[in-house]
Amino acid sequence: MRSGNEFKSGGALILSGLVILILMGTFIVCWVAESGSDGVEIAPGGSKDSIIVLNYGEYMERDIFETFEEETGIKVYYDEAATPEEMYAKYKGGAIDYDLMCTSDYMIERLIAEGETREIDFDAMEYADNIDERYYRLSETFDPGNRYSLPYFWGTVGLLYNSAKVKEVPDSWDVIFNGDYSGDIFMTNSMRDAYMCALKYLGYSLNTENKEEIDEAQRLLLNQKKDVEAYLVDEIREEMVAGNAAVAVCYSGEAYLANEYDPDLEYAVPKEGTNLWVDSWCILNKGKNPEGALKFLDFICREDIALLNFEVVYYPTPNRALYESLPEDIREDEYVFPPEDSIVNSEVYAPLSQETTEYYGELWKELKVE
Amino acid sequence: MNRASQKRTLLAFPYIFWIIAFTLIPVLILFWYAFTDAEGAFTLKYLAAVFQKVHLKSLWMSVRLSFVCTVLCLLIAYPLSLCMRSLKISRKWMLTTIVIIPMWMNFVLRIMSWQLILSKNGILNRLFSMLSLPPQNLANSGAAIVIGMVYDFLPFMLLPIYNSVMDVEEDVLEAARDLGAGTLTVIFKILVPLNRPGIISGITMVFVPALTTFAISDMLGGGKVMLIGNIIEQEFLNTMNTHLGSGLSLILMVFILIGMLFSFRLERDQEEYKAKSTAEKEKELC
Repeated sequence: MRSGNEFKSGGALILSGLVILILMGTFIVCWVAESGSDGVEIAPGGSKDSIIVLNYGEYMERDIFETFEEETGIKVYYDEAATPEEMYAKYKGGAIDYDLMCTSDYMIERLIAEGETREIDFDAMEYADNIDERYYRLSETFDPGNRYSLPYFWGTVGLLYNSAKVKEVPDSWDVIFNGDYSGDIFMTNSMRDAYMCALKYLGYSLNTENKEEIDEAQRLLLNQKKDVEAYLVDEIREEMVAGNAAVAVCYSGEAYLANEYDPDLEYAVPKEGTNLWVDSWCILNKGKNPEGALKFLDFICREDIALLNFEVVYYPTPNRALYESLPEDIREDEYVFPPEDSIVNSEVYAPLSQETTEYYGELWKELKVE
Repeated sequence: MNRASQKRTLLAFPYIFWIIAFTLIPVLILFWYAFTDAEGAFTLKYLAAVFQKVHLKSLWMSVRLSFVCTVLCLLIAYPLSLCMRSLKISRKWMLTTIVIIPMWMNFVLRIMSWQLILSKNGILNRLFSMLSLPPQNLANSGAAIVIGMVYDFLPFMLLPIYNSVMDVEEDVLEAARDLGAGTLTVIFKILVPLNRPGIISGITMVFVPALTTFAISDMLGGGKVMLIGNIIEQEFLNTMNTHLGSGLSLILMVFILIGMLFSFRLERDQEEYKAKSTAEKEKELC
């Protein structure tokens, strides 16, 4: 009798194991199949009382979720990711149907191209006009016609330098290419930003598709490699605070924080121009509550809420209503808001052709294995 | 099927499930991607991609760094094992613990501390300047990667070697000494040949993870050294060329399999030899 029981339970175990296996197999097949399709039909009558939001880390005041729920009855589930690629993978993985995502310009462009975004009904929004017309125009490069994205914060890529270690205040990309600070340079490890520095220094557009210009930039970067102490992205701020280099290529927002830690660290936008980046919101196709998502976008455009978010991030806000209400000393703080004349030569990244993107990928590998 | 073996099958089931779900299926998916292109058509170009100059260069760099790392690990682990053998039990326990306890800590944290130690204004250079030695620029270089790998993989070399060193009977060494062998002769003529399986498995267990690492080279190489693991990482995460990433992973897998076959064979030879000598011993006793 005992052995019979044991056999039964053993059979049950094997059977349930098989079921799990089959389920997993189906899941994987579905996932593979789905990543090829154009997105999924929205289940009618999906959850109307909540939205799921995906954002960068430390990029939003969490207390506003409670306010939002009090005002609209919609609960906010909040998730974070470090890079646009990670966000993309999280969304495409399909485990969670995110309603909203805040990500970088080129990733927005990619999502639009793949049909993953919904048009934003700006007419239905009360506070969309708070965002300065200028930033909608900037967004045209990656979202033609301003149909899918809402600007959230913007900034520049520039030079973070240690004023105690440089001979003179750098005002040009020249400092990272002329060899004066050999072994004292942190170059950006973000592929497109690295080529951007070289292209701008050479006087070309950062959106060039001309292979000769890109090759010239490559030669410059290959020649620069011996002077580079390290290629970094996230670690640049702490490494500069630790005093491990004189100059680094970094994002304006990082520069503000670096300066808080060490007043010797200052930021400059090179006169040749640089990349203007815009982080924007988009409403995602797979989301179950597009109305709720739109309400949330309207909510964060409201001056008081925009202020709360600004106080967490201290990046330049595209919100004109907020900007005008800020005290003079913050508006004129060059770390927060780069002066108008410093960015005249700057450009926003436009989407590149597949061919150029792959070409960059090859050159980048070539540079790194050298 | 008798009950005992039935029970054994049952106990093995979670493991089999694990293998299928997390090894077999992913490997099959990898094969699928490696042999197809974006349109799903059969192709060999992603496997052939390993012969591109960039990939060969980074593969060669990986092989070189892992070779240096393996040799250094061996040079540290073998003498250390001999020392540990000659110590008393309690000290052996202590040393083993000293080696093993760091392994309980997350390796990312341990590698991060190497960043702090090796960086320009790091602990090492401060120490050097206190001793009025010239500062070393070790951070963000191949040397830093090797240091990190040696530190991280040393236990994998030490443990199999230590075990095989401990397995050698004292009688054998005494016999050698009685016959007039000096310390060096004892080590190179008796111990090393007897410890060959341990040494081989140590070499495999260090060389393979060193060859495939990407996290250590990422954190200590300052983005200036791109190992084959980093290339694969870039293809999967940045360029999102899953097919090329899978193709290169398969090639790397071939390298690993060759290494494992090599060590399996040597181990089998050793076992056969052992079995033969025991049989001979028994015959003599009869």
